[in-house]
Amino acid sequence: MSDYNFAYLDEQTKRMIRRAILKGLAIPGHQVPFASREMPMPYGWGTGGVQVSAAVLTPDDTFKVIDQGADDTTNAVSIRRFFQKTAGVAVTEATTEASVIQTRHRIPEQDLRADQILVYQVPIPEPLRFLEPSEVETRKMHALEEYGLMHVKLYEDISQHGDIATAYAYPVKVEGRYVMDPSPIPKFDNPKLEMAGIQLFGAGREQRIYAIPPYTQVVSLDFDDYPFLPTKADHACDLCGAQDSYLDELIVDDAGGRMFMCSDTDYCTTRRKAGHVGAQGVPYEKDAA
Amino acid sequence: MTPLLQVESIAKFYGTRIGCSDVSFDLYPGEVMGIVGESGSGKSTLLNCLAGHLTPDRGAVRFDTRADGLRDTITMSEPERRMLGRTDWAFVHQHARDGLRMNVSAGGNVGERLMAVNARHYGDIRAAAIDWLGRVEIAEDRIDDRPTAFSGGMQQRLQIARNLVTGPRLVFMDEPTGGLDVSVQARLLDLLRGLVREMNLSAIIVTHDLAVVRLLADRLMVMKDGHVIETGLTDQVLDDPQHTYTQLLVSSVLQV
Repeated sequence: MSDYNFAYLDEQTKRMIRRAILKGLAIPGHQVPFASREMPMPYGWGTGGVQVSAAVLTPDDTFKVIDQGADDTTNAVSIRRFFQKTAGVAVTEATTEASVIQTRHRIPEQDLRADQILVYQVPIPEPLRFLEPSEVETRKMHALEEYGLMHVKLYEDISQHGDIATAYAYPVKVEGRYVMDPSPIPKFDNPKLEMAGIQLFGAGREQRIYAIPPYTQVVSLDFDDYPFLPTKADHACDLCGAQDSYLDELIVDDAGGRMFMCSDTDYCTTRRKAGHVGAQGVPYEKDAA
Repeated sequence: MTPLLQVESIAKFYGTRIGCSDVSFDLYPGEVMGIVGESGSGKSTLLNCLAGHLTPDRGAVRFDTRADGLRDTITMSEPERRMLGRTDWAFVHQHARDGLRMNVSAGGNVGERLMAVNARHYGDIRAAAIDWLGRVEIAEDRIDDRPTAFSGGMQQRLQIARNLVTGPRLVFMDEPTGGLDVSVQARLLDLLRGLVREMNLSAIIVTHDLAVVRLLADRLMVMKDGHVIETGLTDQVLDDPQHTYTQLLVSSVLQV
């Protein structure tokens, strides 16, 4: 055991955050203010997500962190180590084995179960922020359900680009009431927001927590004649051959060579272990570099 | 005939100073009312009280709503008042920048009020925006330009289009021609006069420019130090002013 209180934060702080989480779950999509603490990491690195994770973790949990779908980036590795050290919880890279998953900008490809919690890191919780700069006004707009302005943004997209060009942080309406920013996940992930697991959103700098309870209706906003379309690169994964996963594009040389691969590294590895091979992939070998 | 707007002894105080005091009038459908007076006479305070931007300390403002007839807009709930604000009411600011979204294209500015009342068909919204830009003499190919790229007169016309697109019945105007040069003013007045007649709009126009009310207003109210000192038909007040201050005001206009 370490010298830290379990999961770094003191018990009173965790109670305060849990109250905000419970309120958020009771009012799906509503932003609940909370007294965000200074965390030992810079703002923008997931201070909100870390505080929510700290409040929901128990000693029996298995913890997983992904950053843009990957388990092995700096952000993911340091947050995972942080809770290994301060909470002593088991960690994993396998989506199916984790009970709490903290994520930045992706939802895992593998469907989540009812006993799993997905914690999002949120930079700007207010979907109307760049349209209406006044926080007083946007709160009033949420309270009175005046969401016409959100469609102005989509209108501008169509008039400038011929189509809804918003590709991430695509606004959604939760349970027919609150318009919510689903954090900067690609709009490919939007249909997955209706899931069996609990989804918690933490914005540290902005001091807001919001949540989507299991099986809650989440509708992506659109126009009648320009319906919402989840999009991805029109390829299969070059490593595992998956047709249905969200892809990263990687430039591999300076002669225009490129490859597409699953952004969800656990999904890709699991498929490769099962014997799937993509166009540029090699069969999976344990400990291969 | 029911009045569209019934104002009863409105008073607004800023501490001990008077904003406006004991103002009452009725406005009937299709009627245009001018409010004139010098700076600080309480014109804008009065207009903001009527439009729901300020809460008056005393009095009642009753509006003839489509559903329930005359309702006091001061005591009605805020959602209802804001709903009126984007359907049956329109507010034209003196500075177009206050009434427009400067980082949204002209089409988006006009479409916003439609989307606020649940228009969800892009093609229809765009068609309505093009139609209204045409009515205020803005070329169709400027629809995707931002208002920052427009001249002052065009911005003001865009603001008017944005306000009238939902077919309001009552328009509040705060110095609609302020800050524009005279030839642009003349065109704007011409346009406003046409729209008011064509749509049978009722309007309350606050201005210190007597020429504006002479052209647009049926009735005139002269204010000084927060009080109404003279009311009457526009031509009657301007041609035969009774109160000494009105006489001063009328004689102060420079004759070219």
